[in-house]
Amino acid sequence: MISIQNLHKSYVTGNNSLHVLKGLNLEIGEGEFVSIMGSSGSGKSTLLNILGVLDDYDKGDYYLSGKRIWGLNETQAAITRNAMIGFIFQSFNLISFKNAMENVALPLYYQKVSRKKRNLIAMEYLDRLGLKDWAHHLPSEMSGGQKQRVAIARALISNPKIILADEPTGALDSQTSLEVMDILKEVNDQGITVIIVTHEHDIAALTRKIIRLKDGVIGEVITNGDLQNYRNRLINE
Amino acid sequence: MFDVDIWQEIFSTIKKNKLRTFLTGFSVAWGIFMLMVLLGSGNGLSNGVKEQFAENAVNVMWMWTGETSMPYKGLKEGREVKFDNQDYDFLTTKSKDIEKVSSRYYLPNDILFAYGKEYGSFETSTCYPSLKEMENINIVTGRFINDLDMQEFRKVVVIGDEIRKALFKEEDPIGKYIKIGDVPFNVIGISQSKKRNQDNNRSAYIPFSTAQRIFNGGNRVHTFTATSRMVETAEEAEAINDKVRADMSARHNFDPQDKRAMGSFNMLTEYIRTMKIFQAISLFVWIIGIGTLIAGIVGVSNIMLILVKERTKEIGIRKALGATPFSVISLVLLESVLITTVAGYIGLVLGVGLMELINFGLDQAAAGGADNVFFKNPTVDFKTAVSATVILILSGALAGYFPSKRAASVTPIEALRDE
Repeated sequence: MISIQNLHKSYVTGNNSLHVLKGLNLEIGEGEFVSIMGSSGSGKSTLLNILGVLDDYDKGDYYLSGKRIWGLNETQAAITRNAMIGFIFQSFNLISFKNAMENVALPLYYQKVSRKKRNLIAMEYLDRLGLKDWAHHLPSEMSGGQKQRVAIARALISNPKIILADEPTGALDSQTSLEVMDILKEVNDQGITVIIVTHEHDIAALTRKIIRLKDGVIGEVITNGDLQNYRNRLINE
Repeated sequence: MFDVDIWQEIFSTIKKNKLRTFLTGFSVAWGIFMLMVLLGSGNGLSNGVKEQFAENAVNVMWMWTGETSMPYKGLKEGREVKFDNQDYDFLTTKSKDIEKVSSRYYLPNDILFAYGKEYGSFETSTCYPSLKEMENINIVTGRFINDLDMQEFRKVVVIGDEIRKALFKEEDPIGKYIKIGDVPFNVIGISQSKKRNQDNNRSAYIPFSTAQRIFNGGNRVHTFTATSRMVETAEEAEAINDKVRADMSARHNFDPQDKRAMGSFNMLTEYIRTMKIFQAISLFVWIIGIGTLIAGIVGVSNIMLILVKERTKEIGIRKALGATPFSVISLVLLESVLITTVAGYIGLVLGVGLMELINFGLDQAAAGGADNVFFKNPTVDFKTAVSATVILILSGALAGYFPSKRAASVTPIEALRDE
């Protein structure tokens, strides 16, 4: 699903060049449930942006679903994002003046789906996430957990191959966080690749694979079976 | 770009930001409103003055004579200069600049008009049939004097509406005989000035030939009314006047500079000068109006820029979800065009409406007897309104252009960065 070889990315500001990703290699298969961890400055946000076709890279290869992502103009990038990727953000990023249904339907608007049809589909997704009664509420009238569920519905509506979640539980209390993680797990069970960037160990522990970034390369990959050991090791630390 | 969805997107944005939309639109509406009021007022002034000219053909000129006030070719001052029928022949046949001529022979001032028991003193204009065009005489019943009347020295008269009221009351005057200084004249027509309260309505018209014969005029002509050929500049019009004066001075031996020997007035000169002023006023009005409009558009552009900045996050979200730069540009651009067009149209309607209301008021006041001299029909014509609308849509696009470019350049990463 995702194949990255020797990925380099630098940010140039004035005379300073900040080399963030330094020849990163990464393989994520279809249907995986992965979390990316790492201290700040390790390059996890940069990696997420590149994975999400929000940013380009300097050197290396990035294949998404067999297609090399390289040299896309903005329009092509937008179409790729729309078709392949569902985003979930820490601060939900719902459009404040649109109600839940309209927010969920927005990706389909950019696929030129008719208003009636996309609202119908949006209602379906909201129903699936238990928010049918909240369809006509504005984001400001909802709790954090509800907002994040709306955001998940929005990420799912375009039938993406990958869900990219940037600190999806960062703004939620622990109980709601677990609920959101349950939903993401369900999503993953339907065969969608889910990638979560988080700094919370117990959230990361709920995924099947943890990728730790360190200084712009993969520091450590812990797969499902090792998670228990990993948790114990963290406790010992 | 013009599918229903994008409009629904725009309308939902506008609906959620009513005050901002209103304030944005207001500056444009105000600009157009002012433009319409200015243009309407300019038109009103222009129409008012044009109507002053409409009393006569614009190329009309008058000539009259008096006593010489300068010695000329050995002749002393104080001689009386008199036009005669030969001057008429000269003007109609020899003078290249003159198109139509009507001679006038003055009847005694105290001459009485009488019909039955009614009588009164009115002005009598003795004239040629061509006077009708030259002085825009409006015949409401019957006909004006014609060539046959002239040839046969017919005793016929066209009376002004005031004379009809004074002599005939409710009776139909056509075919009746009135006495003018004891001579019976057959009434053939009634004239009524299009303007209210005009002295012309107290005038009667009789054939010049008849008048000259009956009232012992001999060969004498008191004044000429003539139309000159149309020219473009006031200088050319003045030159025509000078040429006619020179011709007459040669025929009657007076100094061409002697204004007392022969007086003349050339309407065309005044008309051209006045129209030049109104062209300048009209240009001025457009400059001011467009200036006001530009201020409005800069306002819209400014607010749209702020708007784009305010909506950076939203645009970032949209882009992350798959909005193409084109769709972002059209979103901002169309919103700008929509606000400018709708607001501008409201301003247009209000401006035109106000001017129509003023026009209505003026008409009412005029019907009530008030004679407004310098302001008439202060409205904007359809063509101007259409061009203003086109300007609006273009300016809306212009106002939205830079903000939409700014919006398109928003990168989702920066927009979505959590602060």
